[in-house]
Amino acid sequence: MSEGSRRAFLSTAAAALAGVAIAPGIRLIEIAGARAPEEAASAKVRWGMLIDTAKCATGCTECVKACNEENGLRDTGRPRTDAQWIRKIDLKDLRTGRQHSAPVMCQHCAEPPCVDVCPTGASFKRADGIVLVDKHTCIGCRYCVMACPYKARSFIHENLAEQKPAVPRGKGTVEGCTLCVHKIDRGDGSTACAQACKAAGHEAIVFGDLNDPQSAVSKRLREIPSIQLRSDLRLNTGVRYSGI
Amino acid sequence: MTPGRATLRGRLTLRVASALLVVLAAGASLAVWASVVHARAPKPVVTIERPGQCVEATDVMRRDHMKLLLHQRDRTMREGVRTKPHSLAGCVECHASAKTGSVLGEQGFCESCHRYASVKLDCFECHASKPERVSARAKP
Repeated sequence: MSEGSRRAFLSTAAAALAGVAIAPGIRLIEIAGARAPEEAASAKVRWGMLIDTAKCATGCTECVKACNEENGLRDTGRPRTDAQWIRKIDLKDLRTGRQHSAPVMCQHCAEPPCVDVCPTGASFKRADGIVLVDKHTCIGCRYCVMACPYKARSFIHENLAEQKPAVPRGKGTVEGCTLCVHKIDRGDGSTACAQACKAAGHEAIVFGDLNDPQSAVSKRLREIPSIQLRSDLRLNTGVRYSGI
Repeated sequence: MTPGRATLRGRLTLRVASALLVVLAAGASLAVWASVVHARAPKPVVTIERPGQCVEATDVMRRDHMKLLLHQRDRTMREGVRTKPHSLAGCVECHASAKTGSVLGEQGFCESCHRYASVKLDCFECHASKPERVSARAKP
């Protein structure tokens, strides 16, 4: 069988099997999409999000609360130095008076400036497009904080206690949205913010694999117009916005 | 025997005697010091909560646990492989004290030994020293 016909056969077979449920609630297509626990993150996947600002409610902070809860971020009463992985931005068009709101977090750029400037290689992009800080090698210089056009990184100024086992955080290092990497590696297939937004009935955040044309996020991106924040910088962000 | 010679011999004896005294005193103080030091550093308390279930043999773990952790650390951080065998979370899950729920503290599995060996243990400045279920219960 030639390579071409073999591939065609496989894709037909996969399509035929896609809808088959092998056990209640589990479909073959889902198994194929999930990564085995001992398998390294692969570049075949690129995780990303679409934020539909038309659905995002002004004043609602469910995503921020869920992020803080999931990652163990606590309010110290000193908001100027508290870590902030996701924040709500209120926008107003001064000419028309139209107001809307959107969450902003690490945009998980394909060409991340934070990685370019990091002197130790601590700021890095994982194969599946998630931009992270390896705190074992972070020296706390904060170059990345300055390089990020989205103000997505925070520096930890104080000793922390009672961190979440899946989310180690500590003084003297820089951190930011991890796209709930521990949840992704677990196979949850969603982030805390997207889940909270859905639970609140807004569904403004759609999370998924940008490389998979069948994923919810890819389908939605095909349907509605969307932009990348500061697209002039050509960073090819993993987080897209619509309605801005 | 001239008086000059007698004085010389006397002086020599005195010197030898004083040198001996110094050596003896030093020896005695060393013995006292050693016993004090010994009293100050008791053997670490190593309580194995779940015996016989470790991921490697005891002598391997004693000598190389840091190497295993370092290797697993990079696999987890850079590649997202979070399987158990050599993960820090795995250590904590098994070795957390039944009393305090932690691997830290004077009698904690990690800290007691590190304190004895005088090796700085900074894993837990960032990582949780308690397993998931205990951390979940703990109030912020």
